[in-house]
Amino acid sequence: MSGAEEEYSGHDSKAQYFWVWGALLVLTAIEVVLGYKQIFEPVRMLEVLLILSVIKSALIIGYFMHLKFEKSIMRWMLVISVTGCFIIMYFFFFPDADRVLRLGVK
Amino acid sequence: MSDAAAMQHGLPGEYEAPLFGAYSKKVGMWLFLASDSLTFGALLVAFSYNRIYTNPWPTPFHVASITNATIMTACLLSSSLTMVMGVFAAQRKDSAWTRNWLLATMVFGTAFIVLHGLEWSKLIGEGLTIPGFPTPAGATGGELAEVSKAVPQFPATFFGLTAMHMLHVTIGVIYLGVVAFRKWFLPLLGVIWLVGFLLIPSDNVFHYLIHALLIALIVSTIILVLKPKIYDAHDVEVAGLYWHFVDLVWMFIFPLVYLMSTKIV
Repeated sequence: MSGAEEEYSGHDSKAQYFWVWGALLVLTAIEVVLGYKQIFEPVRMLEVLLILSVIKSALIIGYFMHLKFEKSIMRWMLVISVTGCFIIMYFFFFPDADRVLRLGVK
Repeated sequence: MSDAAAMQHGLPGEYEAPLFGAYSKKVGMWLFLASDSLTFGALLVAFSYNRIYTNPWPTPFHVASITNATIMTACLLSSSLTMVMGVFAAQRKDSAWTRNWLLATMVFGTAFIVLHGLEWSKLIGEGLTIPGFPTPAGATGGELAEVSKAVPQFPATFFGLTAMHMLHVTIGVIYLGVVAFRKWFLPLLGVIWLVGFLLIPSDNVFHYLIHALLIALIVSTIILVLKPKIYDAHDVEVAGLYWHFVDLVWMFIFPLVYLMSTKIV
């Protein structure tokens, strides 16, 4: 068995991937129910849906894409760089969209 | 996976250990995915920006559309699971099961594309359109024709974002087909393109978009002719990274585009 295969068999069991898949389906079902019931007002709803999406994406990246088991330098470099770019995008665009809305532009 | 299996050099210590502890193909794919995530990030920001400043924002998605999108989500999530099983099979060097799992992943991916295509056709048939799209008969008087005129940002951002994702899923299915079946996949791809082009009516946008398959056929042929090889476990894992990424992007598109625009009757 090669080194790579040894490493895989050391921390992977197929069962955990089925659990992750089940968790992703359950979280999707929760999102759909929230979409139909409209318990929250739109901005709160957006926040809740985004939090659920971030949890789902963390499960996909961590387990399915295997980033959880990579070296920490690779893990942190990817997460920090991509998250940093998204934060910059957020600060550039959303205050302006909000300003347009507050000015009453229809 | 560590780089141990990938580094098969004659002399131990001849090369330095890789910085990221992974073979170069995998690091390359991760870097591509990081840059591609910014492409989708920009599109999602554009969608959300328009969503915030356009008041009122259209809510055209009935129960049927949400049900369809939920099934599409389940297809993508299930395809990620079959992809993981494919990677496991490839690491066991079980080529038959690798092919089977990759085929299952392709079936789920194709189901996603077909369902999304039907959803697009339905919305276009109801009048949701952008300049340049062919207009089917009766679409101009449809329920969503007014939306296209009053809030053109909605169809522009909706079609722009979902088309980009659909293109990625299509490329993903073809990528997996090439990895699983190599040159034997090319005739199938050619037949799908030709049959699709001949059967889809000319007033449907997919009559033209299906030419993406022809471009993919040419590119795949060039790759397979210039560099024929049997793809190993590393190739399957790298293809899997790409596939999981398209799944990941949909996890944001589904709630932001569909669930935030649900029409509750």
